Amino acid sequence: MTPYAAPALCADVELALRTRDLAVGYRTRRSRRAVLEHVNLGVRAGELVCLLGPNGIGKSTLLRTLAKMQPALWGSVELGGADLRSITHAELARRLGVVLTERIVVEALPVRRIVELGRYPHSGWFGRITDRDRRVVDWAIDAVGARQLADRDFSRLSDGERQRVMIARALAQEPVLLVLDEPTAFLDVPSRVEVMGLLRQLTREGPLAVVVSTHDLELALRTADLVWLVMPGGEMTTGAPEDVVLSGGLAQAFEGRHIRFHPEERSFRLLTGDRGEAVVRGSGLRAALVAAVLEREGYAVVAASDESALSVEAHECGWHVLTDDGEGNGADYASLAAFLRGRRAVA
Amino acid sequence: MTKREVVILVGLVVALSVVFVLSLALGSTPIPLRRVVLALMGASPHDEASVIVVTAIRLPRSVTAMLAGASLGIAGLQMQTLFRNPLADPFALGISSGASLGVALVVLGSGYGAAAAFGTAMGMRGDALITAAAIVGAALVLGLVLVVSSRIANPTTVLILGLMFGYAVSAIVTVLVGASQPERLQQWAQWGFGSFSGVTWQRLQLFGPLTFFGVLIASATTKQLNALLLGENYARSMGLAVRRARLLTMLGASVLGAVVTAFCGPISFLGIAVPHLCRGLLGTSDHRVLVPAVVLMGSAVALVAQIVSLLPGNAGVLPLNAVTSLMGAPIVVAVLLRSRRGAFAG
Repeated sequence: MTPYAAPALCADVELALRTRDLAVGYRTRRSRRAVLEHVNLGVRAGELVCLLGPNGIGKSTLLRTLAKMQPALWGSVELGGADLRSITHAELARRLGVVLTERIVVEALPVRRIVELGRYPHSGWFGRITDRDRRVVDWAIDAVGARQLADRDFSRLSDGERQRVMIARALAQEPVLLVLDEPTAFLDVPSRVEVMGLLRQLTREGPLAVVVSTHDLELALRTADLVWLVMPGGEMTTGAPEDVVLSGGLAQAFEGRHIRFHPEERSFRLLTGDRGEAVVRGSGLRAALVAAVLEREGYAVVAASDESALSVEAHECGWHVLTDDGEGNGADYASLAAFLRGRRAVA
Repeated sequence: MTKREVVILVGLVVALSVVFVLSLALGSTPIPLRRVVLALMGASPHDEASVIVVTAIRLPRSVTAMLAGASLGIAGLQMQTLFRNPLADPFALGISSGASLGVALVVLGSGYGAAAAFGTAMGMRGDALITAAAIVGAALVLGLVLVVSSRIANPTTVLILGLMFGYAVSAIVTVLVGASQPERLQQWAQWGFGSFSGVTWQRLQLFGPLTFFGVLIASATTKQLNALLLGENYARSMGLAVRRARLLTMLGASVLGAVVTAFCGPISFLGIAVPHLCRGLLGTSDHRVLVPAVVLMGSAVALVAQIVSLLPGNAGVLPLNAVTSLMGAPIVVAVLLRSRRGAFAG
């Protein structure tokens, strides 16, 4: 834990969720194997938290424990001030909604019926839907912007639309906390952005707290109010995305042999070897694209002109390079990349 | 419920009524419909014989068929939803094999004399003894599977477990069959054919309430079944006590399957085919519609199978078990091929 988390949380009264010295992991008959230990976290209503960390570090285990889908090894989880162990599953379902990665396969069921399933913890034994239930379902469908999908067959929706509907179903439970385990894992890029944007919007519209795990770091850094970062050793760093960037935690958690975190851009770059420096002359989009090609081919793009640097001019009709041993030009970036690779072969 | 679903359900009620009356009229001696109706109303002074045939023989048979069909249909639906597997049926946990073993031990085994003596002492003869044996055998296997499966988290593993138990028990039955005397094999084979005719009014007093209330209880689980459509993880997150629901559903569906097997012999395929038929017909997975549909459809299909098994007329009867399989297999194939995405596809 960073020293940040605990004191800052104690100062606050109303936490939707908090953990006290929580340890999560697996128990067999003989032993307990902790994946994450000494976890002290908190979320307020209206906050969007992104849980980040390398694969297999225990993010899902933590989320499953927060949602009472598996028991804590030690410590406690409190939802709205009440210990999770004292809340029955039925009661919990009225306060906490869950969305998982798994792709739901249901044959022939309209979207509205799926969302109605979210009324499960509020309805009686036979699951009769009242007028109030219907209003909540309508609200949930509108909240995720799925009104035009309401009467369609769930199995005919795209993956992104399905996750939207699953979120609406969780909202129909009228929870104070939404826990989502990699809800965007199978989605294409626009759907990912949409789902994260939707989650952010939900925290802004009502007293809802959202905890979501994701592998989409750059998107998470742009949308989250708070980041919970699990480091490779299992310790956790928390804070606003910018705090986590500044502390170097992100770089430490994810950097590998071929990848490097650029704090200024809050994004990762592929390392492709060092072929010296290059300067781009020109401006605007075309200059940026030329720089992208140079970086991919292993050049460090610098601003200041150096005699030894490769100089590439980006202009309206394409690119132009003048070097000691010749010159090249072309209209598209494939030809620039080919030219740069050709120079490598000569060198 | 949409208007279309209501229309289909009403249509099923009408179809069931028609098939029910037909099942009373058709048989080795066809009886005119008018007389069947008169006999049902207790007023047919002209022809005593037809009254007896209808009320004493055909009526209990048809009622048995309907109850058995409804039981197998709803138990199959529960198992398919619970295991999210289109091939699951009421016998998925080895119940049918367990019942076979019980019957085989009594009919084929060296314990026949002892069992018969015991049965006589208890006031049971023939059919009743076989029924008791089937129930004991099914209960033993079911108990074993439930005890072991209560420790297993993954539903697919439970399904495989039931399958393995079934194989093992069937193997023991095969050994018994191999070692038994030819004259007893006849009786064994007879049981294996399956039949709704063995249940008389007297036996219906037990079979009737068991299956009727079994179907009623199963019908009350629609909410839980709907939650399970999204898988056990989501069902749990919405407040369903998944382990308990799974255990109770397995128990209920298996008991229904076991009771039907005990009284009517092994009747395959109804449990698999009827839920698929209803999904195909209604185009929905919503159990609030499927459950009544499965009860009606199961009853109707069982009656149709009963009528078909009597088609040879004086030349005898077709084994019921063969009729249900021959009818069921093409129907399931057709339904699966027709729904392009397929039930449970993906």
